[in-house]
This record gives sequence, C-alpha cells and structure tokens, in this order.
Amino acid sequence: MIEFVLDSRSKVNTYMQLVQQVKQALRVGLLSPGDQLPKVRDVAQSLAINPNTVLKAYRELEIEGLVGGRPGVGTFVQRTLAGASLPNQAELRDDLVAWLHRAQAAGLTAEDVIALVETTLRATLADDTPQKEPA
Amino acid sequence: MDMVLEADRLGKRYGSTWALRDCSLHLPAGRIAALVGPNGAGKSTLLHLAVGLLKPDAGAVRVFGRSPYGDTQGLADIGFVAQDTPLYRDFTAAELVFAGGKLNRRWDAALARTRLAQLGIPPDRPVGKLSGGQRAQVALALALAKQPRLLLLDEPVASLDPLARREFLQSLMGSVADSGTTVLLSSHLLADLERVCDYLIVLNAAQVQLAGAVDDLVAAHRQLVGPRHDGGVIGGVAAVVRASHTDRQSTLLVRTDGPVTDPAWTVRDVSLEDVVLAYLADGAVQTSHSEWGVAA
Repeated sequence: MIEFVLDSRSKVNTYMQLVQQVKQALRVGLLSPGDQLPKVRDVAQSLAINPNTVLKAYRELEIEGLVGGRPGVGTFVQRTLAGASLPNQAELRDDLVAWLHRAQAAGLTAEDVIALVETTLRATLADDTPQKEPA
Repeated sequence: MDMVLEADRLGKRYGSTWALRDCSLHLPAGRIAALVGPNGAGKSTLLHLAVGLLKPDAGAVRVFGRSPYGDTQGLADIGFVAQDTPLYRDFTAAELVFAGGKLNRRWDAALARTRLAQLGIPPDRPVGKLSGGQRAQVALALALAKQPRLLLLDEPVASLDPLARREFLQSLMGSVADSGTTVLLSSHLLADLERVCDYLIVLNAAQVQLAGAVDDLVAAHRQLVGPRHDGGVIGGVAAVVRASHTDRQSTLLVRTDGPVTDPAWTVRDVSLEDVVLAYLADGAVQTSHSEWGVAA
C-alpha cells in the first residue's frame, strides 16, 4: 500500500498529483499488479480533500488501463509501468552513482549535472525517438 | 442532474437593506460546495433561508424540491451547523447525543458515539469546557447523526486554529466519502477550500457573482498581460472580470469563450483563488463608488 502526499506549493492540481504518484510508484516497482490502492475514504480523510477528487484520479488511471475497480472491494493495480527495464535499473543506477561521483570530483554542481544530462539526453535520443508535442 | 438546492430570484430584506437579492443558483447532488464572500455578503442569510430559519421576502428557495420555511417534514433531510457552533454548553457530549435521539426522527447515535470516541472527545464533560476544535467536532458529529442528505455549515472552521481546522476538514471529508452527503459550507478562508470543494458560489454585496463547478470555472478564466487595453474586443474573451492598468501595460482577468490567440497578450492559467479574488474585488469597487456618489 502506498501513501499519498500533496505538495501544497505545486501548481499541479490535486487529482493530477495523485495520478502522478501512482504512476511513479508503478514505474519504480513500488506498486505491482494485484496491489490495492488506498481506499477513497481513507485518502479523502487523511489528506482532507474532496472524495470526488480521489475518484477522479482513480478513474483517470482506470481509463489508462493501469488500475481496475472491484465494486465494494477497492481499486487494484492491473498493469505496471516498470516494463522489462526494471531488472536492469539497479545495475544502471550503480553506473550512474559512480559517474556522479566522478562528475562531483571534476567540479560539477547538481545544476551542472542536470543541465548536462538534459542537453545530452535531447541530443542523443532526438534522432531515434519521435519528439512529443509540448503540452 | 439532481438538484439539491435551488434558489430562484431569492431575496431577503432587513428593514430597507437587502441582505440577499436576486439570488438564483442550483446546487447539484453529491457536490461539496463553497459559499464564499466577505463578511456581510449574505452568506449566513442564504444558509438560514435554505434551512427554513428565515422566510424569503422575494423569490423562492427549494431544498429537495420543497420550500423549507415552516416545513418540519423536510428538516429531517437537512443538517445545519450555525456559525460558532452553538451547543447547550452545560450539556455533555453524551447528553447531546442522547437528546438528539429524542428530538429527531432519524438518528444514528452509534455513529455519533463512534466518531466522538475516535476523536478522543470526553463524553462526560460539559461541552462549554471543551476546546473550540472539540466543540466543532461535537457539532459536526451531531449534524451527521441525523444522516442528512444536505449538510449546511456556516463558517465551520473560521474560529479554529490550523490544526483543529485540518482535523475538522479530515472528519468532514471522511464522512462525506462514506455517506455521499451534499455539503454547502460558507467560508472566507480560500486556501482550505481549493482542495475540499468542487463547486463554488461567490456572493458579494447581497448578490451572486459567480456559481459553478470549480474545474469549469478555473478552465474558463485566464489572466492576460499585454499592452495597455482600452476596452476593445479581444478574440476569445467573453468578458473582462477585472482589469488593472499602468500607463503602458494592462493586466486582465477574463472569462474566455475560446482560445485567446492574439500574440499581443501573454496568456496564463489561473487558480481558483485568482478567480474568486477577481470577482470579489470587482464587486467591492463598484459598490463603494456608487455609495460614495463618485464616478468609478
């Protein structure tokens, strides 16, 4: 079971924050098929938010085929977003940590690293991935 | 869609002053609606009319299709917590739960006791000796024990500290999730409302300025920043709600009826708070100018 947290300073509206947190949990393998999402009532109460907001988030996830509702029981994960890449992530993460230590030793700040990753990512992946339209 | 509360050109007058005038609105079932406006805007008057404590001087109000004034039958479906949660202060919470059972047709005493036990409210102390937050929780528990289909709350959190306010809203959201009760709560604390409410009614100077589903209202408004604007037509703009100008720049909060594509304007999304403040500020200035007898 996961626990939702809201960022009150975020511009992202509440229901979208819930959707994104479930997707994030699916991506990193924190949630996998068969797991139950927190009950609507419990989320509404603990975060002091409108239960309709929670329902809207769960419905959105349902439309995307990620979760399914079982009437009277709850909402359950049907599909994962981790995909086949999840087992490889641990090794890649170790490589990344080693690289980050080298970057730090070379004098790069966190902002330098992010900028370098973003530009390199764009340059490297631009050729083989179709660019998504900006929202 | 099922309408829980409908007002049609509803008005209430105290002496020669209209506390509420030409108020027309609909509240659909299953919503948690915020009634927003400054002090004296007519919020309490509207709630008192809805619960039958006041008789309309003009127009009509209907709750579940019935006129609430003098209708004791319909009262069973309405829960009401008045401002500052008035309770019999010498009664204990347990006595109030018992008394409620004697005074109401439908009463779930077990529900009230369970809720109060979970909140750690002492059953045997006079409620006058409880904290403000605890007293508000007792009032909410009593209102919910009626199992109302419409729950009206007049400034339920205004006098509470931030922790008690959050605990109150948590209790309210939990029980609404269980019961599906339609809620109309008045408040002037905007920050709390954005997460709690999905329907908004803005009252100012005795009139309804704005009413609708929060998502629709936010989606229909934009902030435009651009060169000084002197009232010409802007494509995609249905109405300018609020405008402020410098000698060369204008900032407008507008209601849109299509995309604003004119490149002269920088278009920004707005928050619920932006929309509410724009409508409230607009009304206040108009009133003040006419009352002082000067041109706006």
